[in-house]
Amino acid sequence: MDIMPKWVDIIVVPLFSLFLAAFLAALLILAIGESPVAALNLMIEGTLLRSAGWGYMLYYTTNFIFTGLAVSVAFHAALFNIGGEGQAMIGGLGVALVCLFIPWPHWTLAIIGASIGAALFGMIWAGLPAYLQAKRGSHIVITTIMFNFIAAGVLIFFVVDVLKPTGSMDPASENFPASTHLPTFQDIASLMGFEKAFRSAPANVSFFIALFACVAIWYLIWRSPLGYEIRALGKSGAAARYAGVRPVKIIMIAMMISGALCGMMAINTTQGESERLILNFTEGAGFIGIAVALMGRSHPAGVFLAALLFGFLYQGGAELALWTKIPREMIVVIQALVILFTGALSMMVRAPLERFFMSIKRADV
Amino acid sequence: MIDFLTLIQVLDGTLRLATPLLLVCLAGLFSERAGIFDIGLEGKLLAAAFVSAAFAAITGSVWLGLLAGILASILLSLLHGLASITLRGDQIISGVAINFLAAGLTVVIAQDLFGQGGRTPPLKSGGRFEPLNFPWSISSKEMSDAGPLMQLYSELLSGHSLLVYLALLTVPLSWFVLYKTRFGLRLRAVGENPAAVDTAGISVVGLRYGAVVIGGILCGIAGAYIATSLQANFTKDMSAGRGFIALAALIFAKWRPWYALGACLLFGFFFAVDNRFQNILMPAWALSSFLIFISLVLLSYVWKKDYLDKVVLGGLALGIAIISLMVISSVWTSGISSQVKIPVVFIQSLPYVLTVVVLAGFVGRAIPPKAGGQPYIKER
Repeated sequence: MDIMPKWVDIIVVPLFSLFLAAFLAALLILAIGESPVAALNLMIEGTLLRSAGWGYMLYYTTNFIFTGLAVSVAFHAALFNIGGEGQAMIGGLGVALVCLFIPWPHWTLAIIGASIGAALFGMIWAGLPAYLQAKRGSHIVITTIMFNFIAAGVLIFFVVDVLKPTGSMDPASENFPASTHLPTFQDIASLMGFEKAFRSAPANVSFFIALFACVAIWYLIWRSPLGYEIRALGKSGAAARYAGVRPVKIIMIAMMISGALCGMMAINTTQGESERLILNFTEGAGFIGIAVALMGRSHPAGVFLAALLFGFLYQGGAELALWTKIPREMIVVIQALVILFTGALSMMVRAPLERFFMSIKRADV
Repeated sequence: MIDFLTLIQVLDGTLRLATPLLLVCLAGLFSERAGIFDIGLEGKLLAAAFVSAAFAAITGSVWLGLLAGILASILLSLLHGLASITLRGDQIISGVAINFLAAGLTVVIAQDLFGQGGRTPPLKSGGRFEPLNFPWSISSKEMSDAGPLMQLYSELLSGHSLLVYLALLTVPLSWFVLYKTRFGLRLRAVGENPAAVDTAGISVVGLRYGAVVIGGILCGIAGAYIATSLQANFTKDMSAGRGFIALAALIFAKWRPWYALGACLLFGFFFAVDNRFQNILMPAWALSSFLIFISLVLLSYVWKKDYLDKVVLGGLALGIAIISLMVISSVWTSGISSQVKIPVVFIQSLPYVLTVVVLAGFVGRAIPPKAGGQPYIKER
């Protein structure tokens, strides 16, 4: 464990994994007859050199921070929450019900209400698998996968059969009232006198809630007694039990926090962007949370950076799809490679680095 | 009331839709019985579907397509084996990565090869598996005039792709291999207690690789089936969660081959019903009393349990009771005996709900292989 200095473990290993993923992706881009360098340039141009590009990137980043934090919290308790997608869908339902049926006077109040609704719904949706894991020993990976599919069914039912205005062909709820509109970065920039910045980009104030969530989760995991119990249970169930940690309680709490975070993703997508409940608004963000958490080593700071990276990849990928022959799914490949190298093949990535540091140590002695 | 022919047609659809589930389910069975969790079934299915359709489209031969699909699926299996057996990484994470890899690569390559938005062109006659018509079977035009036995013979038994019959044969074959051969005994042992197998001087690694490769072959056949028999081309994400439903069926079947056949036919039936009927009508009284019954069963179960059980299951019972009240209130004016429409999404969700119920262990507890998900480390 202590073969490598800590900074190598935290910084070099993820970056090395990312480099491997990028290298393989570059080979793939070459194989389909495009230039990887030109592709990277295009991604940077379309994302980092335009304010609207930033606006899109930070919109995706907001989603990934929420889902990445959610997966991390569960990881700390040695639970694998693969159900972020479903929890986000149900969270979106919570947002829609809060926004549609409560007359909000102002968006500042609406966002509090919507956050509570989203978190509560996500929490309930994660709570059932958590209960089944804690009390009945049902494997949480399988139950959360099943709950993803059930959530998709519930969302379709609510959108198509309940919330869709009569006579409308579009599978979507009514538009939320204007008072629930969250200020986008464009609105904020125009207030400050930059009318042209962030034009039509969907990033909105929920980005700041995501940042706040990072700090809150950092405090929870690393500074609070509850976080200590979560980590203790995750590191060694037997030792934690012996020290008086109640596994049932901790599994429930960790999963419900995780579900609440996934649900809160919906304030960004549903209240912030679409401003009505639509199908497929999650766009796989629940699964990207896995890659983000693995890449970010389950630490909120790492999750933030990894979420930025994936936000960049998603916006850049959209640019590639627009201007080159490289389809958007290229990003899914990169995402898969990142999960593979940081998660499943981490031994393969670490072994050469460990050997390298072993040889240095031996030289010192 | 539905007539006999409609029933036969639904059962026919059941068989066709259950086939890929069955093959993938058995793939998972081999893998998980050897102690390797396989979330990546979906990805292997998708990859095999694409590769077989692409090869069949280019070469015009469905057999080359099938072979290539199987090879692609085996390659992904070996990747899973490398990650989870040799490098002792996390099996779940590896499976997730394989799913994404397949979802991304298939579209990227399809777009590059065919330029049709991630699809392959429609397969011509040599490029797909044609239905095998049994002797004396009649065509679908004459079906409505034929007698019930003839309908049963021609519609349900005859007229399927070769792979459907192959899939059905795989069930007794898997049972035989797992329960009647030395290899099968060892394979099951390695999923329960790998250390014991190792002590007996048998290679744990070899057995586990064998199991995942068998899984790869079966997923490969399933993928070729959905792209060259069920449909006649590859479309983006065409596996449509079948890998996960097969996983659900595997749990439902408690990791046993014959039960797997039953579970896959049941889940296939749900999909066939869902395909055939747009609306499923049910008398309101039946639906609401059924819901209230479930709610009462839950409540009686939690009566003497602790606080958490009361909150979670009691809340669930309350939710179900509220739904049944909503059903009653929706028919309040037209009378309790009138029909209510059950949205099709609920029929689609049934496999998942049933799996959760089985996993929860309230009805027939499902106990997975003991060493599942743990990498084997010699001389710990």
